Amino acid sequence: MLHDRDRIFTNLYGERPWNLEAARRRGDWDGTKDIILKGRDWLVNEMKVSGLRGRGGAGFPTGLKWSFMPKQADGPVYLVVNADESEPGTCKDREIIRNEPHKLIEGCLLAGAAMGCTAGYIYIRGEFVQEAKILQAAIDEAYAAGLLGKNACGSGYDFELYLHRGAGAYICGEETGLLESLEGKKGQPRLKPPFPAAVGLYGRPTTVNNVETIAVAPTIFRRGAAWFAGLGRPNNTGTKIFCISGHVNRPCTVEEEMGIPLKTLLEKHAGGVRGGWDNLLAVIPGGSSVPLIPKEICDTVRMDFDSLREVQSGLGTAGVIVMDRSTDIVKAIARLSRFYMHESCGQCTPCREGTGWLWRMMERMAEGEAELAEIDQLLDVTKEIEGHTICALGDAAAWPVQGLIRHFRGELERRIRDRKLLARQAA
Amino acid sequence: MPKLTIDGQLVEVPPGSTVLQACEAAGREIPVFCFHPRLNIAGNCRMCLVEVEKMPKPQASCALPAADGMVVHTNSPTVHKARKGVLELLLINHPLDCPICDQGGECDLQDLTLFYGPDKSRFKENKRPVADKYLGPLISTHMTRCIHCTRCIRFLNEIAGVEELGAVHRGEHMEITTWVEAALSSELQGNIIDLCPVGALNSKPYEYRARTWELKKTESIDVLDAVGSSIRIDSRGNEVMRILPRLHEDVNEEWLADKSRFAYDGLKKRRLDVPMVRRDGKLEPVDWKTALAAVAERARGLAADRIAFLVGDQADCETMVLVKELAARLGTPHLDCRQDGAPLETTPRAQYLFNTTIAGIEQADLCLLVGTNPRWEAPLVNARIRKRWRRGGFVVARIGALFDLTYPVQDLGAGPATLEELANGRHSFAERLASVERPMLILGTGAIARPDGAAVLALAHRLAENARLVREGWNGFNLLHTAAARVGGLELGLVPGRGGRDLAGILDGIERGEIELVFAIGVDEIDPKRLEKAFVVYLGTHGDRTAPIASVILPGAAYTEKNATWVNLEGRPQRGRLAVFPPGEAKEDWRILRALSEAMGALVPLDTLARVRERMAELAPQLAEPDRIRRAEWGSFGRPGPVDPAPFVSPVRDYWRTCPISRASAVMAECSALAAARDRAATGTHG
Amino acid sequence: MSGPSLGPKQPYGAMAPDVATFAFTAENLEEAKRILARYPAGRQASAVLPLLHLAQAQHGGWLPKAALDYVADFLGMARIRVYEVATFYDMFNIEPVGRVQVRVCTTTPCWLCGSDAVLRAAREVLGCEPGQSSPDGRFFLREFECLGACANAPVLWIDDHFYEDLTYETARAVLEAVVRGERPKPGPQSGRKGSMPAGGKTTLFEVGE
Ligand code: SF4
Ligand code: FES
Ligand code: FES
Repeated sequence: MLHDRDRIFTNLYGERPWNLEAARRRGDWDGTKDIILKGRDWLVNEMKVSGLRGRGGAGFPTGLKWSFMPKQADGPVYLVVNADESEPGTCKDREIIRNEPHKLIEGCLLAGAAMGCTAGYIYIRGEFVQEAKILQAAIDEAYAAGLLGKNACGSGYDFELYLHRGAGAYICGEETGLLESLEGKKGQPRLKPPFPAAVGLYGRPTTVNNVETIAVAPTIFRRGAAWFAGLGRPNNTGTKIFCISGHVNRPCTVEEEMGIPLKTLLEKHAGGVRGGWDNLLAVIPGGSSVPLIPKEICDTVRMDFDSLREVQSGLGTAGVIVMDRSTDIVKAIARLSRFYMHESCGQCTPCREGTGWLWRMMERMAEGEAELAEIDQLLDVTKEIEGHTICALGDAAAWPVQGLIRHFRGELERRIRDRKLLARQAA
Repeated sequence: MPKLTIDGQLVEVPPGSTVLQACEAAGREIPVFCFHPRLNIAGNCRMCLVEVEKMPKPQASCALPAADGMVVHTNSPTVHKARKGVLELLLINHPLDCPICDQGGECDLQDLTLFYGPDKSRFKENKRPVADKYLGPLISTHMTRCIHCTRCIRFLNEIAGVEELGAVHRGEHMEITTWVEAALSSELQGNIIDLCPVGALNSKPYEYRARTWELKKTESIDVLDAVGSSIRIDSRGNEVMRILPRLHEDVNEEWLADKSRFAYDGLKKRRLDVPMVRRDGKLEPVDWKTALAAVAERARGLAADRIAFLVGDQADCETMVLVKELAARLGTPHLDCRQDGAPLETTPRAQYLFNTTIAGIEQADLCLLVGTNPRWEAPLVNARIRKRWRRGGFVVARIGALFDLTYPVQDLGAGPATLEELANGRHSFAERLASVERPMLILGTGAIARPDGAAVLALAHRLAENARLVREGWNGFNLLHTAAARVGGLELGLVPGRGGRDLAGILDGIERGEIELVFAIGVDEIDPKRLEKAFVVYLGTHGDRTAPIASVILPGAAYTEKNATWVNLEGRPQRGRLAVFPPGEAKEDWRILRALSEAMGALVPLDTLARVRERMAELAPQLAEPDRIRRAEWGSFGRPGPVDPAPFVSPVRDYWRTCPISRASAVMAECSALAAARDRAATGTHG
Repeated sequence: MSGPSLGPKQPYGAMAPDVATFAFTAENLEEAKRILARYPAGRQASAVLPLLHLAQAQHGGWLPKAALDYVADFLGMARIRVYEVATFYDMFNIEPVGRVQVRVCTTTPCWLCGSDAVLRAAREVLGCEPGQSSPDGRFFLREFECLGACANAPVLWIDDHFYEDLTYETARAVLEAVVRGERPKPGPQSGRKGSMPAGGKTTLFEVGE
């Protein structure tokens, strides 16, 4: 269990002001200049040693990602922060932005220094109007205090940081969709390769990182990679903000240690499952894109990348959606199918055509208005989408349905049979 | 050079190739929809998925750079499953109305579905309705058929350089449309019909009029501008049903300009299909014999130097051989093929050719446009310039009127004064010109078809010399013609003989009563009032400008109705072929002239096409070999003299209506009206 | 939404009317210039989203064609590209809608926590269905996808503010206040602090300042 002294986000609930003065009292911006002066290699290496894996969902090792940036580049090099938090079940970046903006801003500066970036853009989802206001004010404060811009923190390093507002499109959370959007286009993901580290924003080398990833960086540098690596489990190090929603007694966000058992997480911080643990039906453990896990798995599973992968799900964004036995599980997943259909950018065939088909079939499944053979057809359509699309949205649309069929096929069959029975009785 | 293993076969491909190209090099056919070799890669249809070892998912081969050591499978169960899946998904919302679709028989979706597709539909939901879009008079839409490959959008953005088409909304609501139901303005828009892999975009004039398998396909050459695009004329019975481009990498690639594609309805309107003679002030239909006799009658006893020949913009070389021979036999030196009055001489040839060649534009590193609007005068030359510009490291500068050419242009000035400064090295741009390796100049006929034309031509020559446009392995001097007949006419020497009158001289002569009999062979771009006083024998196809004032009308064959030779602006002789027969009693022009020579007692003894072509080869050996350009010698040309400060003006003011055929076309009239309305709106908002 | 029609479909009522021309106010023009300064020279298209936000706010919640044209010309973008953008992002309205935007999050986490009841409250109070404007034209009701506040579900987003932890009753109270022209206090209507567990936090006891 994580000790309070090892928590990074000490103002997660906004109990104290977000401003620079208060942030400094929490330890932000402490010795930033000295950290920068340790140089690029040290910073990247420290990040590698910390074992931090990207907090946006994919879990790619951050230090490694940073090391892909060219050592030498004539002209601009960008850091882009993905604050387009839109994955259903996820609400951690919002708390960081509105309560701990200086952790993010300092993180931008340090990440920028680690990769030789000339400027950074924070792409915040358009719906976060208040959060954007706070973040802009915090950036302004940082500039006024000489922490950003020319000779940031007196380190001799020049770094500009800008805030950019999106306008409502989940796909802009995909890193290349985000870059397209930032360039003033529709947020349609790009083909890879080339990867952003080679050809990113405005065709320049770019790294896109999640808000939480960047916001934990300063503390890692201050307290040392070893400290961070000592938390959690090997390959799944550090702390993580969990967002707990749905059928728990006290939904919340909370920073915990990686690898905490799901049951502990829910019982200790979220007041437990509504109606008691045995009333649990299933959990979507990592935001809407990962397959759900039924109660049997929830009993024992730990909340980290590898543990959840072993049970054919994923840590994703650590948005934990809890569903008790009162839940119409088919409807719950059908609503996610509707989400992916609505958010498909329309660019590539499998996602554009497939997400709508999935949703329509799922709606019928929810009512039992289908043939038994269509369950396999549904699964087949998810396979026609999965792995065949330009970006990961296709997979994200396929997995929740696959998870449902994997664990609740019986429920689907029951509905179909019941409906047929009803029809026969009516006739 | 990366080496890859494709289905067990080792291939080596040039660096920068894609896996798709590597597969093709290995003789594997990969199905594609969105990929097109001349467009940027979109990678959106996902039809071209292949399996690459060590990669977790199937990869879109069209978008994946070929890398050394890749092991690719194009035939594995995974690949088949992926293709079938993509096809199934493409088809779920597709109407499957092939029996009534214009694309039927030439549809990629239909073909690939037969090959790879699912055998039955598992889709029980309602198909998505999509409203059709208004794109103007040329293209009709059936948007339920659209598979969102974005080829059409990419073509307009990239090749045509007109950002007018987009994909709006998102997900399954994504739709291809213009900026709110506006007609497309591009002069290359018809190409998106060919590019559309399904029947979503169709030719509006052709729509529902024929099925492809009913059509006779004739490979021919376009004459609506001087580019000489390769075309295919599709006909049914004796009617041209549509015109499509044919691939010619060095000329039109696979594109066609819209006038060339869509003006063919003008071939059926206002046609002269019976000989006519003016009696009591009125033109009356007569038989051929009577018509020819009427000409002979008028010529009888007339001194040869009171007779003149003028040749129009679409005349073929065979006809011009006959003109030249007939004039010689009649003994008149008054002969001119330069209907626009441009002072071009027949030697050195370099003065009237596009010496760099169209494909050669891609080698240039600078282009200076003088008195030309290539976008309207030769859309596909302009497209080539744009293509070159898109590659980067290319500067385009201009002396002449401002016009949006779809790429940035540095404007140096409006008229001869700027040209003179530049020719004398006194203009700041001269340095730039001197600094590049392959500079080219494109001189428009608008710069020289004016009273001071010879002096302007001399300036252009001086500039060419001073800026070393012609150097080892490079000729950067280019004349941009708009008339398909012009280069052929100059090659055959259809200019005044010794003591002969040129166009201006002939027109003056008519005014003064010194020229009494004028043979106007397809001449329609001259103010008919200037011909009126003479006895005009009009040999042509349309009741356009000259026919109404003619004394005798001899109905000829349009370009789709004869086997004939044209020489494009590069000096490339090409053969057009008869697709349909001339209407009514109209005949191939050279035959008419031959018959006329007989009637006039000045027989030109060339009675077969073969003999005409033999004579052509004697007159101009360079025309003997189709599709081969004979490089032109360099030399001095033009006549130094004072120039008029008046700005240069392009000869084409209305792209859509430039010749008797396009002026007879209702489709072109609609395009022209739309363009005029657009211009008015633009000057309305900005002016 | 289907089909890119731009014609006014609904009576204007209190909505901003369609207009033939559009231009930024002096104040917004200044703001637009400040926004442009964030992007490198030649990359002004980057400002299209912020500028559309600005234009939509200026025009009372929706973007007439004239405004899209204006922004396109302002940024030197092809108009079709701006039209693509305006139809791609959920926050832009290209047809006349009520000035006050009321969006109910109905994605699974909110749905699990009772977004149906919130939606019902909104229908009743505003007197219109999702995708429509209220009869008086003042409000525009929409269902929206996850707003990124799931630990405070269900969520109602009114203009620039989130109202969280709603029940049917609290949703009604908020909406009724808004209809009266008031601006109720945003945030969790349950009275808890942010996303702290209701009834008190379980962590962060030992942090000093
Ligand atoms: S209209 Fe044709 S070319 Fe254009 S996107 Fe649709 S299918 Fe492709
Ligand atoms: S052909 Fe490769 S994705 Fe369309
Ligand atoms: S689902 Fe409503 S805020 Fe996330």
